[in-house]
Amino acid sequence: MAEMKYYELIKNPGMVALTDIPILDYHDFREQTIAIMKKESCHCVNYFIRQNTDHVDFYIIIANDSSHKVFVYSHRQKAEIKSLESITQECFQLHVFEREIYENTGIVFENHPWLKPVRYPFDRYDKAFKLSDYPFYRIDSEEIHEVGVGPIHAGIIEPGHFRFQCYGEKVLHLEIQLGYQHRGIENLFIKKNSLLQRCVISESVAGDTTIGHGLAFAQLAETLAESEWNEKLECERIIALEMERMAVHIGDIAALCGDVAYQIGQVSCEALRTIVINTMQDWCGNRFGKGLIRPGGTNYTLGNKILSFIAERLEEVHRRFLEVADMIFDDSGILARFENTGTISAKQVYLSGGVGMVARTSGTCRDIRESHPFQAYKEVKYKPVILDQGDVYARALLRKIEFELSFSVINELITRIEHLSDNLSFKPDYEMNFKPDMLCISLVEGWRGEICHVAVTDHEGKIEIYKIKDPSLHNWHVLALAVREQEISDFPVCNKSFNLSYCGNDL
Amino acid sequence: MLKKLKVLKSHGSQYIKNLQTQPVSDLFRGRPIISGNISEQEISRVASICPVDAIDKKSGSIDIGRCVFCKECAFMLPEKIRFTNDYRLAANVRETLIIRPGVEIPVRLDETKVRGEIRKLFSGALKLREVSAGGDNSCEMELAASGNVNFDFGRYGIEFVASPRHADGIVITGPITENMEEALKICYDAIPLPKIIILAGTDAISGGIFDGSPALRRKFIEEHNIDLFVPGNPIHPLTYINGVMDLLGIK
Ligand code: SF4
Repeated sequence: MAEMKYYELIKNPGMVALTDIPILDYHDFREQTIAIMKKESCHCVNYFIRQNTDHVDFYIIIANDSSHKVFVYSHRQKAEIKSLESITQECFQLHVFEREIYENTGIVFENHPWLKPVRYPFDRYDKAFKLSDYPFYRIDSEEIHEVGVGPIHAGIIEPGHFRFQCYGEKVLHLEIQLGYQHRGIENLFIKKNSLLQRCVISESVAGDTTIGHGLAFAQLAETLAESEWNEKLECERIIALEMERMAVHIGDIAALCGDVAYQIGQVSCEALRTIVINTMQDWCGNRFGKGLIRPGGTNYTLGNKILSFIAERLEEVHRRFLEVADMIFDDSGILARFENTGTISAKQVYLSGGVGMVARTSGTCRDIRESHPFQAYKEVKYKPVILDQGDVYARALLRKIEFELSFSVINELITRIEHLSDNLSFKPDYEMNFKPDMLCISLVEGWRGEICHVAVTDHEGKIEIYKIKDPSLHNWHVLALAVREQEISDFPVCNKSFNLSYCGNDL
Repeated sequence: MLKKLKVLKSHGSQYIKNLQTQPVSDLFRGRPIISGNISEQEISRVASICPVDAIDKKSGSIDIGRCVFCKECAFMLPEKIRFTNDYRLAANVRETLIIRPGVEIPVRLDETKVRGEIRKLFSGALKLREVSAGGDNSCEMELAASGNVNFDFGRYGIEFVASPRHADGIVITGPITENMEEALKICYDAIPLPKIIILAGTDAISGGIFDGSPALRRKFIEEHNIDLFVPGNPIHPLTYINGVMDLLGIK
């Protein structure tokens, strides 16, 4: 095909003037997307529409893990567009974006293999389409039985519906129906227009990823306002992000142990997670870090006293966690349940657009901290660890390894803060004005994986469109693939090993 | 075996002995105190930045059933508004959650309004079903933490169960999405009488930052009598634990 046409962003977060985004005709757009996505290092971080009075713009954003760039380009259709040939049939990882556009606007993607609802948003195209009518895939056979679970599950977790097609105890197919948690978040980002309100919303996209989503929004706002922030703030933010990762990873290992009735592993990890989140509370007054990440500065800058307190507490957690992990990963009962359970391949990850730990445990190197470094990661020497077994064991083990990586990154940053010449700290700035007619992209590697926030501003610099992609959006599909051919009784540990977000998907 | 002994030795004893007096970090944002001499002008300044309209524009009182505890009002007026680390915030009367300027009293339950059958039936054991209806998973995690090795709320026989038919009541988190409205109702209907209802977190109590979103349906809350409001964003396990203990009259 002809020469590629796209705008190339080098920085993360980065922004581009809307007028600088190339507009391709749909045929070329489609061909170009298929060609780019053939490279395994490329994956789509967003594809969404912007409705104008007389036309519709479709923007696509693709991250290249190896060239560290982000590509943006678009196609334009008449306002009354009814259908388009789907790209998904050639490039499967777009499936969820085309489904989202279809659900919101009614634009049909012809020959899409799986054109089903994503989250039943309140402003969906066809309100008559109800959650109870979800078109589940079914196998017509007298020997197959269906198992339905949810929306309300046994534990204290968020709602979602799982529909299994089973042959005896064996799962042939799982379909996951989401949307129960839909709160209209993207719409609220536009409607609630004070910057503080938007901070609070960003912290609630997924409360278990308060820092991750909070940071994705804060750095996006700063970029759109072309405001400066200093090195100390960058370091503090990454310390917070890595503390969030440590806490959740330990908590996940606790939950995995709990699922296989390995109580000593569960309780000792629970106690260690408590120390990490209580340390967060000692820093900023909230165990999840709500209130800590703000655009322009922070209300809780790290002074020497709290800095050494954090170092001391994490040191203890590190020592004890290694002891616990040594015990867990040496236990034959654990190995028997975790190994070769819920295995996914690199190819499945590639086709589904999997991100985060799910990708890194099945041989795919995908980590925004390395590929598109943000904040203090621009300076930190960080190299992701890649495992390739793709099973529950690998996903548990990677958590232990990433815990250690986070610990060393935090220590490096603490030392750096102690030696900073520019030790000034800034208060949050809620009076920022955004540049008009821009498209801004902010990527953060949260504990689950890649978080993407995108904003489009109008002529006056108001946010006109706000799009969020939680790492769960693509990974839910990978989970469904992971349980195929597994015993249904292994579903809980498979599910815990992914620990995906319902509200992050449903928004 | 040796490894297990090592882990147990480091683990030591983790449980909190007294759940009613356990100290928390000074920075924890609990019950606010508003100075009695906050001026009209100051009130309007803080009310205008509050992200959730939790500050009354006339009286300057803070509704901790709406407040998301961002503390921005206190950063703006540190002389007039202060957040203490008092985590005992739960109440059974909605109005109790409105903290007035110059009034410095702890938030407690109104004993006379606790339904008699609750204490008669459940002071020895209480089983609850949790329903997340748009919750962001932070309140959910804190509720789960209330039963963990540190807080060990199970010591009073108070636990979460899987089936609503085994439950004495329901704990709701999240602002109640339209898409969860029906499931919540079905779950509630399956619980035997006298059906306790506990709202955990600001989102559940008032909608919080999501208030006004067209994706919510809060009719369930308006139509039912609520036995306990537990403020927080998210709730602290100790706020929830103390609220439930007070509801059951556990001393
Ligand atoms: S702390 Fe509460 S009352 Fe104060 S500004 Fe924040 S939400 Fe409003």
